[in-house]
Amino acid sequence: MTTMLSVSNLSKVYEGGFTALKDINLDIRRGEIFALLGPNGAGKTTLISIICGLVNASAGKVTVGGHDIVDDYRAARSLIGLVPQELTTDAFETVFSAVSFSRGLFGKAPDPVYIEKVLRSLSLWDKRNNKIMTLSGGMKRRLLIAKALSHEPRMLFLDEPTAGVDVELRRDMWNLVRGLREDGVTILLTTHYIEEAEEMADRIGVIRKGEIILVENKATLMHQLGKKQLTVHLQSPLDAVPDSLAAYALERGEDGHALTYTYDTEREHPGITDLLADLNTAGIGFKDVNTTQSSLEDIFVSLVKK
Amino acid sequence: MNLYAIKSIYRFEMARAWRTLTQSIISPVLSTSLYFVVFGAAIGSRIPEVDGVSYGSFIVPGLIMLSLLTQSISNASFGIYFPRFTGTIYEVLSAPVSYLEIVIAYVGAAASKSLILGVIILATAGLFVDLRIEHPFWMMLFFVLTAITFSLLGFIIGIWADGFEKLQLVPMLIVTPLTFLGGSFYSIKMLPPFWQTVTLFNPVVYLVSGFRWSFYGIADVSPALSLGMTVFFLVACIALVAWIFKTGYRLKP
Repeated sequence: MTTMLSVSNLSKVYEGGFTALKDINLDIRRGEIFALLGPNGAGKTTLISIICGLVNASAGKVTVGGHDIVDDYRAARSLIGLVPQELTTDAFETVFSAVSFSRGLFGKAPDPVYIEKVLRSLSLWDKRNNKIMTLSGGMKRRLLIAKALSHEPRMLFLDEPTAGVDVELRRDMWNLVRGLREDGVTILLTTHYIEEAEEMADRIGVIRKGEIILVENKATLMHQLGKKQLTVHLQSPLDAVPDSLAAYALERGEDGHALTYTYDTEREHPGITDLLADLNTAGIGFKDVNTTQSSLEDIFVSLVKK
Repeated sequence: MNLYAIKSIYRFEMARAWRTLTQSIISPVLSTSLYFVVFGAAIGSRIPEVDGVSYGSFIVPGLIMLSLLTQSISNASFGIYFPRFTGTIYEVLSAPVSYLEIVIAYVGAAASKSLILGVIILATAGLFVDLRIEHPFWMMLFFVLTAITFSLLGFIIGIWADGFEKLQLVPMLIVTPLTFLGGSFYSIKMLPPFWQTVTLFNPVVYLVSGFRWSFYGIADVSPALSLGMTVFFLVACIALVAWIFKTGYRLKP
């Protein structure tokens, strides 16, 4: 798979000395959905802003579709669509004219048919003659996406695209993003909703304090870092874990009513059968068992806490 | 050149003027008409001719220049400040648009609006006083150059301002007083010699004088000097705008 976005040794130090990005290296493959996760202030928006031309880099190089974002900014930017985090819109414009304006900015001839297609795909066609100030927050978010798609970009940046939108709209947006990917559009999204990254991303990057600390395929990440746990719900509470079970490193929970065993699914013998047999031997009765697996959120939290 | 982008920004800005027709066109025309009524008809009838021109006619170029300066600054400063204020500037900055194209679009729209307004005021003046334009080519040149220069100045103010108060600061506290004291309503020859010299430090004197010369062939300073000063202001503003874009001042951190 070829590279759509290449970031090399990128750094950003703002006036006043705050270092927002430190020597970032990142390649995004053509046609993939890449989720960039990170806590507030980690540098996600700064990274996107530099790529899109809103912030000057202090050092490093960025290419989009092989075009340098500084030396060949016209070619690079014409490939890019940006959906910003904030709901920044012109209140007095109509939906249709705002989207048409965006298309013109990117040097494309007017194409009402294409604009109609975009507006319909975002359920905005009925609102095309409405002033933007009359739209709900969710509608404004859709409008920003429509504006970003108005010039048929090959790479879309979604900066917290579903912040503050309801569940239904979020699902709609996920479907839209999947549809764009099927059309070959490369997508980089930043999000606080781990569920979003888990649902959509092919690869995940984690940024912390201006540094990329991890880039991995989502499945591999969850496989490598995901832990599985078996919880045994006891018939009678235990004051302490018997010495005979020390090898399992069990954790007492629910005031002694439950024992939790963390195991590695990669091992040939995870030890579950042995544990249950040893519980039986120790005379510890149980009424139920259940297993849980780490979510991406658990993995993310453990990474950024380090 | 990204002509579609220039056209989009230009049309967007012009559409804003039409949306706010009262504020953009009707209000300045009304105020200028009031000047004609007060200074031209009421008071002007008691003032003798200035260099062979009736006082009502004499003030027409100054009044047009007053509107041209204030409206060019106001249109251009608001045009670029408002997207900065709302955050929609991100779209222009992330588009494949060069700085030159951005300036052409915003300044072109601001200058167009002021020129339209100037023509309307000129036509309105024709209803109140006798007008003649002795040098139509030079009149148009001063007219267009001044509109572009002060639209550029407005653009600079719109980028410099970090609040609506600052947006009004330069037009209200500097440009308007300079215009009033720049011979819009009088010939600087009417002033005592000392104040005539002081007035020559007011750049608006050269604009008003050159513009008035193109109407009636009378001037406080040489028309060539007026043109030279106008071009000098234009070049100074272009240089400042170029510096702004080169450094990203207040646009790109």
